[in-house]
Amino acid sequence: MSDNTPQTDEPAGGETADPTNDDMLVETDVAAATSGSTAGATPDPVIRSRDLDVFYGEEQALDSIDIDIPENRVTAIIGPSGCGKSTFLRCINRMNDRIDACRVTGELSLRGKNVYDDDVDPVALRRRVGMVFQEPNPFPKSIYDNVAYGLEIQNIEGDHDEIVEQSLKRAALWDEVSHQLDSSGLELSGGQQQRLCIARAIAPDPEVLLMDEPASALDPVATSQVEDLIEELAEDYTVVIVTHNMQQAARISDKTAVFLTGGELVEFGDTDQIFENPEHQRVEDYITGKFG
Amino acid sequence: MSGDSLADDLTRRTQNAPPELLSRTFFFVCAALSIATTIGLILLLTTEAAKFFTFSAPLVGVEGETATVVEFLTGTEWQPTGGEFGVLALVTATLMVMIGSSLIALPLGVGTAIYLSEYASPRVRSLLKPGLEILAGIPTVVYGFFAIIYITPMLRPFIPGLGTFNMLSACIVVGIMIIPMVASISEDAMSAVPESLRQAGYGMGATKFEVSTDIVVPSALSGIFSSFILALSRAIGETMAVTIAAGSTAQFLNPLNPATYTERALPMTAAMIKLIGGDVTGGGLAYRSVFAIGITLFVITLAMNVISDYVAQRYQEEY
Repeated sequence: MSDNTPQTDEPAGGETADPTNDDMLVETDVAAATSGSTAGATPDPVIRSRDLDVFYGEEQALDSIDIDIPENRVTAIIGPSGCGKSTFLRCINRMNDRIDACRVTGELSLRGKNVYDDDVDPVALRRRVGMVFQEPNPFPKSIYDNVAYGLEIQNIEGDHDEIVEQSLKRAALWDEVSHQLDSSGLELSGGQQQRLCIARAIAPDPEVLLMDEPASALDPVATSQVEDLIEELAEDYTVVIVTHNMQQAARISDKTAVFLTGGELVEFGDTDQIFENPEHQRVEDYITGKFG
Repeated sequence: MSGDSLADDLTRRTQNAPPELLSRTFFFVCAALSIATTIGLILLLTTEAAKFFTFSAPLVGVEGETATVVEFLTGTEWQPTGGEFGVLALVTATLMVMIGSSLIALPLGVGTAIYLSEYASPRVRSLLKPGLEILAGIPTVVYGFFAIIYITPMLRPFIPGLGTFNMLSACIVVGIMIIPMVASISEDAMSAVPESLRQAGYGMGATKFEVSTDIVVPSALSGIFSSFILALSRAIGETMAVTIAAGSTAQFLNPLNPATYTERALPMTAAMIKLIGGDVTGGGLAYRSVFAIGITLFVITLAMNVISDYVAQRYQEEY
């Protein structure tokens, strides 16, 4: 089990603590409440980490990460293999809890609530944070049941048929599968399966959508479909995407974070600036292919 | 190396060298022996069983008393010494063992498998799995005595007047005996479910219970069914424990009526033991009925195997 020691020198929750959001993560059976919108000139970050360290046993995977991920933007995390980019992604919905040797310290807040606080239920957290994995992993169930799964386990009220249809439309899959909703999700092609997984992730209307190299197992056509989709999803969702493909990050993201070996966040900024005029020599070397 | 010797090297036929020929012959004999034994057993069973039935006895040159197939398959009285050969009295007893033991073994076995595959820490699993294997390795005669010495007395407070020999304790003890089989095969099937599917479930905010029941169990269904069918075959073929625990009074009981489980009965395997170990003389009709029961049992277990294969293929895990 992970040892989630909260920062002792900082009150839990940080300065943006908001009771409604605290409840949201603590309750297991939370309805799909509308997110506390923070429409303003400088919106609060949806995800904020301070001094976040992650260890696998003795090995440090993330070293003191500070980042503010903005709402309704695509934030790409790039970096060479083993730089901790997937580890960071898996901190956001605490999927790292499933690794016994993994230990996390520091703060990682979702809308002001530190998700590593003792009173946070990881199951409730994951219901508000959707995730799409590297390999398409639809359940061996029908297309409909795949998309409706989150609605079922969260007891989300409303017309499930309607939500399933909307989610499949948002995932740009509806036209291809509307006549075969009862057939197995596994009968679809790889690219379709990945879009099904995206539909499944957005059906319960999560706060954040995490994507862990979602296109790396897909062919070029399917990849470009998924990329188009990600850009559209950013209109309504905060998307954090890990990719090893720098062109992909440049194409689809608004913000880019560059993690380099040693689990350091070396540079974080607007994607254009990162790719055209990085501040750090190491980042420039990585992006231009001199390293990594 | 000259060109000639290279040509020699290339044309030497290694697979016809004496050690190769010898070992190939040896392994062929091994395989042929086991197949020949099986064929021999089936031939023995069918020819001996043929001597029992009216329609087939003349074909194998047997004269004297015989029983008709209809009499055998539809009769409900089993009294070999009295000339009653209604196998249904035995089949229902076997069916009771099957039903009773599966009511115990299937839920407990699948529950054990879910625990081992989804909940147990590696340390706990490394202790529990060998424990289950020990349960599977206990001689069945011990289970038989366990039934009459412990299970029946334990049931008495709940069922007053329960006889020492009864179907209930036989069912319970066979159930315990086949739990390891259900648990171990089901656990293998569940462990084979890819981690990516569990990740998908947990990523959706499913609890451990939801991941186990919504994702892992349905994905492993064909393996779980296979374990059921293999365990049921084992329950049908189980001999020693039921011979000891069930008493040896053949009676036709309704397997669907729970009250009948307090009675004694004579499952097919136990009936064969009784006939062979009892006072039937070689060559008589009662003696030949052993093979008639045997072939009935063989057909049932063969059918179970065919169903098992069909289920395994039909519901092949598709993940």
